[in-house]
Amino acid sequence: MTAKADKPILSVDNLQVAFKQGGKVQLAVRGISFTIAPGETLALVGESGSGKSVSAMSILKLLPYPAASHPGGAINFDGQDLLTASDADLRKTRGNRISVIFQEPMSSLNPLHTIERQVTEVLKVHRGMRDQAARTRTLELLREVGIRDPEKRLGAYPHQLSGGQRQRVMIAMALANEPDLLIADEPTTALDVTVQAQILELLAKLQRENGMAMLFITHDLGIVRKIADRVCVMTKGEIVEEGPTARIFEAPRHEYTRHLLAAEPKGRPPAANLNAAKVMEARDVKVWFPIKTGFFRKTTDHVKAVDGIDLTVRAGQTVGVVGESGSGKTTLGLALMRMISSKGEILFEGERIDEKSFKEMRSLRERLQIVFQDPFGSLSPRMPIADIISEGLKIHAPNLSADERDARVVQALGETGLDPATRFRFPHEFSGGQRQRIAIARAMVLNPRFVMLDEPTSALDMSVQAQVVDLLRDLQKKHDLAYLFISHDLKVVRALANEVIVMRNGKVVERGTADEIFDAPKTDYTKALMAAAFDIEATASGVISQ
Amino acid sequence: MDDAQKDRLRNDPSKAREYESERAADIAREETSGIAQMAPESQFVKRPRLSPLNKRRWQNFTANRRGYWSLWIFLVLFVLTSFAELIANDKPLLVSYNDEFYYPIVVDYPEEVFGGFLPVTNYRDPFVQDEIDANGWAIWPPIRYSYQTVNNEIPSPAPSPPSWTMSRDEACSRYPDGANDKNCTFGNMNWLGTDDQGRDVVARLIYGFRISVMFGLILTAASAVIGVGAGAVQGYFGGWTDLIFQRFIEIWSSIPVLYLLLIIAAILPPGFWILLGIMLLFSWVAFVGVVRAEFLRARNFEYVSAARALGVGDLTIMWRHLLPNAMVATLTFLPFILNGSITTLTSLDFLGFGLPPGSPSLGELLAQGKNNLQAPWLGFSGFFVISLMLSLLVFIGEAVRDAFDPRKSFG
Repeated sequence: MTAKADKPILSVDNLQVAFKQGGKVQLAVRGISFTIAPGETLALVGESGSGKSVSAMSILKLLPYPAASHPGGAINFDGQDLLTASDADLRKTRGNRISVIFQEPMSSLNPLHTIERQVTEVLKVHRGMRDQAARTRTLELLREVGIRDPEKRLGAYPHQLSGGQRQRVMIAMALANEPDLLIADEPTTALDVTVQAQILELLAKLQRENGMAMLFITHDLGIVRKIADRVCVMTKGEIVEEGPTARIFEAPRHEYTRHLLAAEPKGRPPAANLNAAKVMEARDVKVWFPIKTGFFRKTTDHVKAVDGIDLTVRAGQTVGVVGESGSGKTTLGLALMRMISSKGEILFEGERIDEKSFKEMRSLRERLQIVFQDPFGSLSPRMPIADIISEGLKIHAPNLSADERDARVVQALGETGLDPATRFRFPHEFSGGQRQRIAIARAMVLNPRFVMLDEPTSALDMSVQAQVVDLLRDLQKKHDLAYLFISHDLKVVRALANEVIVMRNGKVVERGTADEIFDAPKTDYTKALMAAAFDIEATASGVISQ
Repeated sequence: MDDAQKDRLRNDPSKAREYESERAADIAREETSGIAQMAPESQFVKRPRLSPLNKRRWQNFTANRRGYWSLWIFLVLFVLTSFAELIANDKPLLVSYNDEFYYPIVVDYPEEVFGGFLPVTNYRDPFVQDEIDANGWAIWPPIRYSYQTVNNEIPSPAPSPPSWTMSRDEACSRYPDGANDKNCTFGNMNWLGTDDQGRDVVARLIYGFRISVMFGLILTAASAVIGVGAGAVQGYFGGWTDLIFQRFIEIWSSIPVLYLLLIIAAILPPGFWILLGIMLLFSWVAFVGVVRAEFLRARNFEYVSAARALGVGDLTIMWRHLLPNAMVATLTFLPFILNGSITTLTSLDFLGFGLPPGSPSLGELLAQGKNNLQAPWLGFSGFFVISLMLSLLVFIGEAVRDAFDPRKSFG
């Protein structure tokens, strides 16, 4: 570190970014300014589309030029203007003095190269290291980012590592050349909460040790509070508020910041009512996927995705299923909906449905509905939303006339807080939150009894999440619905679930009413999950996966 | 609640709370807006005639000038040749005889009507022509030959050269009155000469173009229907259905079509429909691959799972949710399959295994050109028409492919 602490390592001055699309030029970033001092962590917070990633990517000029352009502004990095720098100069800076960690660890590593090759490449390019030296340094780096037995991992390919391990490798690559500035673009969004806590801890530790500056981009205010020294709040391409973290959280000045801070899913569901009518009951449900080996494809073993789970969902009640990715929560839900085959008794309103064929199930589907995770994928892009919502009606209420059907669609849209006049538009004309409302309307129009909610909020912005949770709670109260709420986001589960099941590797780790689980978790695993979700704190390894 | 009432509520702070609930949708829209999440304003409440995506595709298509003009030229040629009987025919379009109207193109009149004795009138016969002229009049099409009309008055032995290479006297030398004969008209000239049986080349080109394009279109449409259906079933159901069907297709497509055609031609008289049927047996396979791949990919889309969870039937899911995905791939492919069908027909005709003798076929014209090197107009006219037709279709296909390119459509 040669720069003095009071002199910023990076200063962005009135930066503008414009995108050309179909002949029109749209300004995505409208003149933002910020500085980062050496050793400081600056968080850039905003919802999707606020321009935060675009701003960060323009520091290294990683945007799709010439579709993107900078009508104005300057980016000064340690005395050098990066916006006007030549490509050769930029290449010397990228990955050397400024490093980036991206959001998606799977797609930012090359799946065809080993870990060793990818990490040593950075060292060879920028440091001109020879094979042996690069290898030694790589081992050192991997140890530093907390990968166990790095010698064994050198020859591994990205798909052989877990999400957390891949992100650790990404960090090792980013840190390989001891950069002065690290840009972390939502580095933990794609990871489980438990892994997220570990990665954040690691980043904080490495930053302390190396004294580098960090530009941290995120939409999650919990993380900001944990890691940042200063915060810039962005919306619609502008920075609306800037200040020290503590001040922003305690005394937000701008209306948008206050709105963002107030946006967390709030409220509590009523206490569990164990006497309500049972809507869905499952006993010892198993979903085993066979592993076939050898020439004759003999089944030699099973992947036990769901391994003997009992479950009761009552009318007007929500059962939350929580767990890390791969714990089998979605598989359990799909098995209950009879979308995949399973073993074990499943009763819907007292009727055995596990022995029914897919065809026999069709008439029951009216009362069993699913809302999927991704509102961008779950709506057919080629159908206007009126057709999407009325599709189920055409099957389950074929006697309705076109006008009656339309009336039901209008009613469902109104119930979910959408303007019925928009029903002839196509899904791409709606925002993420609106699309999720459409997906909910599609489920609700059939007047279901049981709704499986498969991470319905995790693809949405924080403020939209809260709205969707409120909507779901209102609908439940109004129609006495039974929900199976699947989520890895414990905050949302807390706001909605009466009972909670904690799953791990296909088995139930802990179950109980929401209050029991959240206020007095018994098992170490649940405790670790809570700590990671609510306090973003990593628990000593061993209890949870890496 | 009407608009006036809404306005009043908006301005009345005490009622603002009530209004809040009415405005839920507006609030939701405002609060969910970042730049990327903001829903674009749309001006219409009614469904537009062309979806925005298709509108952009059409714009992309018209932006490709070569493809756009090719489409128009092709359409004009296609429409004109569709009415080939009105352009090139050996019968008049309309006859007035003894103050009565006759429509020889539509109705076959026996020659008795015009004072002759043959069961079908030969309007090119000078006797019939004299009779009609004496008692009325006749309107002839611009070209007075059909594809099988033999010109008995060709100036030199067949194949006789194009009329523009000769003087008027020369061209009409075989008519009784020479250049002054009333049949020595422009429509009776062989503009591109005759073939080796004395038939007019222009007439045969017009009819040949029509039959080629028709054959190509019908074959392509039929194979698209069968191929898309087969690909859809394989892709959607996957598993054993897919496995068995794929092996069947491998065996099926390894049957040598040409030999099969020869064998079948020995048993059945080769006609337009039989040829079409045999080619259809094998041409649908081309579509299966793309469609199957699209269905395999798209059947795991979340909106397909969503439809399944609604209880939508398999056929409806395939038709409503999956087929539109596969249509893009199919449509891009279509013009090239069309070209392939036309080329196959032409080459079969060239080899003599195609349409029955006497049919107006471009392949047969090429074969004549090969056999009559002293008459280059045969080969040249055949070549130019075929290459014009195929080029137009390739240009159109290229523009269609670009128009459906998702990077351009969504970019």
